[in-house]
Amino acid sequence: MNLVINTLDELLAHAHELEREAVERYEDLAGQMEVHNQPELAELFHKMAAIEQQHVVKVESLAGSQPRPLAPWDYQWQTPESPESVPVGQGHYRMNPHQALTLVLACEERAEAFFAELAESTSDPAVREMAVQFAAEEKQHAELLKEWLARYPEPKADWWQDLDDPIAQE
Amino acid sequence: MNKAEPLIARYSHKDYKSAVKPIWCPGCGHFGVESSLFRALAYLELPPEQVAVVSGIGCSSRIPAYTQCYGFHGVHGRAPAVATGLKLARPELTVIVTSGDGDAFSIGGNHFIHACRRNVDMTLLVMDNEVYGMTKGQPSPTTPADWDSKIAPGGTGVNPFAPLAVALASGANFIARGFSGDPNGVARLLVEAIQHPGFSFVQVLSPCVTYRPEEKFWKKMVHSSSVEPTHDPAVAGHRLLSDDGFTTGVFYIGNRPTYTATVGTSDNDLSAIEEELAI
Repeated sequence: MNLVINTLDELLAHAHELEREAVERYEDLAGQMEVHNQPELAELFHKMAAIEQQHVVKVESLAGSQPRPLAPWDYQWQTPESPESVPVGQGHYRMNPHQALTLVLACEERAEAFFAELAESTSDPAVREMAVQFAAEEKQHAELLKEWLARYPEPKADWWQDLDDPIAQE
Repeated sequence: MNKAEPLIARYSHKDYKSAVKPIWCPGCGHFGVESSLFRALAYLELPPEQVAVVSGIGCSSRIPAYTQCYGFHGVHGRAPAVATGLKLARPELTVIVTSGDGDAFSIGGNHFIHACRRNVDMTLLVMDNEVYGMTKGQPSPTTPADWDSKIAPGGTGVNPFAPLAVALASGANFIARGFSGDPNGVARLLVEAIQHPGFSFVQVLSPCVTYRPEEKFWKKMVHSSSVEPTHDPAVAGHRLLSDDGFTTGVFYIGNRPTYTATVGTSDNDLSAIEEELAI
């Protein structure tokens, strides 16, 4: 699907939904980690949700109010969902902070790519300017996340193994 | 799907979500379905108190606890019966039944068929993961015959149930299939299903990452329907019987009259019944 956004209203509607859905998904993941006794990851996802909520507020400030929403299927995402949301099916109850941050980093990189592509494809200079700004912000977040990621060890090869395996059916 | 666009969003996901945290496994497809349902309700601007979510038993049937809408966590397989009674008594409510492949097609198989036949105005949303997840991974009616597992070595050898074809043959008025990894696509199907009069059936392929981890690859197997929905049951039947089970979209849109209550439900009628039954 070609990305065609040529008004600031459309751009802000997309940016708002992108950030709002990211908040929604991070809160969902935080809840999942709480339920599965992973408090460190729950805290991480709550933190990410709080950061993205600040972006929601910023977009609303730029728009002057909450942008008019589109139908969920009318957003011009190049991915099945908005690019800054962790895709459904990506979590695991035994993942470690490194894996969680890898998911988050991928979200930021998809968001950056979305705004960069939008800046390339639009015919409106004002939309281009704002899209370039949004892409730069997402890139900045991605760089910060790479620093965070370096602080946490990669998972062991058998990270998914569980001594109380739910699949055991003896 | 004509709808005047609101100036601001009256409802969003959070207006339908309860404070109860889902206990589904992280990565479960049902999270995507839940999100789709809330997006559809928000799009339709349905106040949570005007929506009733009725379920049976199983992982998928936990949704009533996770929503701010009215909910009824009912008897295994019997959610369509409960929902039928509710819709006939309270026709102004939007009634949605959430179920799974075991609940809807095995334990509740008979209820599924007769709900299609009656054509009461409700939407049945079946989250199909082709396994009994809540009870630790037994084959369900939609599990492929050769699915090998500790509990069914070599597979069951039994042909899987064909839910959409059965729904068509039984009289469902709207038949569609979606994939949980495409929440916006499923939201669109649900909007159409809820808006269409009569009994609407939406099967959503929803991977069980714990007992059927291979279902993660469904995202590479699903494909959108390349044809428009048909109003002709014969054409729909041919498509469904020749389908690979991974086509998403609307297959059939019928125009059968919706079943409505012929018995009045006013206070006067209820008083008359009470008098008649008084001992």
